[in-house]
Amino acid sequence: MTIYNLHIFDRNGTCLYYVEWNRRKSAGMSQSEEFKLMYGMIHSIKSFVSRISPTDLKDGFLNFKTNRYKLHFFETPSGLKIVINTDLGVGNIRDTLHQIYSNIYVEYVVRNPVCDLDKPITSELFQTKLDEFIRGLPFFPSRIN
Amino acid sequence: MSRQGTRGVDPRKVNGELFTLTYGALVAQLLRDYEDDDEVNKQLEKMGYNIGVRLIEDFLARNNSSRCNDFRETADIISKVGFKMYLGITPVVSNWSPAGDEFSLLIENNPLADFVELPPGHNNLNFSNLLCGVLKGALEMVQMDVDVRFVQDQLKGDNITELRLKFLRRLEDAIPVGED
Repeated sequence: MTIYNLHIFDRNGTCLYYVEWNRRKSAGMSQSEEFKLMYGMIHSIKSFVSRISPTDLKDGFLNFKTNRYKLHFFETPSGLKIVINTDLGVGNIRDTLHQIYSNIYVEYVVRNPVCDLDKPITSELFQTKLDEFIRGLPFFPSRIN
Repeated sequence: MSRQGTRGVDPRKVNGELFTLTYGALVAQLLRDYEDDDEVNKQLEKMGYNIGVRLIEDFLARNNSSRCNDFRETADIISKVGFKMYLGITPVVSNWSPAGDEFSLLIENNPLADFVELPPGHNNLNFSNLLCGVLKGALEMVQMDVDVRFVQDQLKGDNITELRLKFLRRLEDAIPVGED
């Protein structure tokens, strides 16, 4: 099992942070184009999911799978969005995503007064803590060859 | 060295008096700087707003609450969870407008104003105006545009401190450029 990459978007669609670990194929476009594409798709899926749902939605869009990877999505009521791509062996990781939000984003960005909330995150402390956290996850390790 | 006094206590909690006195010093300094009550109110609200937009993230991270479906639910959460968590009080929610878009928070012991006696000549000063900004900022981040103001204040001789919240509109999700 492994984790490929992670995006954090703010409520306006700005990509606050992007990091990748075991990604082997690039999208063949500039990073900012890729962020826009990702955000646009998330936005569309969200509205698709809420319109098509036959019953009242509680959590809305949670994840999707292809035959090669799985995308996990988490959004707070304040509109912060965390997107993580993993391989297919990873189950439900909502708790993990909530931990990234509450123990890392809130702790090292929101509580850091010199971090602007609507600009890409440059805090090294945040980057280190996030990297440590992700690498420590039980489903991070095995690198696929 | 005994550290027993702090054992079992949430390390994030601080002595309320420290907070109250710090806030008092802030207001006193603003009064010296601006010498005008309305201007001080404005500054307090602005600071509160900046606090609120960050505080909401802390609040959401600790409560795992989902989005409110109506303003009544919002009112409940503000008084029973928000105020409880950050100020240790639970204001009474009352005076609903018939349309359900306006309510009051009745605050009996305002912790911000614990040791305060308003000096004469400051009839326009809303000592705790920071709260208005905090509520406004925090609610704005969860897509609610709300007007918050003090309508009664114990410091000014009223029987109770009353904060009035009026729902103005729901702020829409930003749509990325090039999408529709």
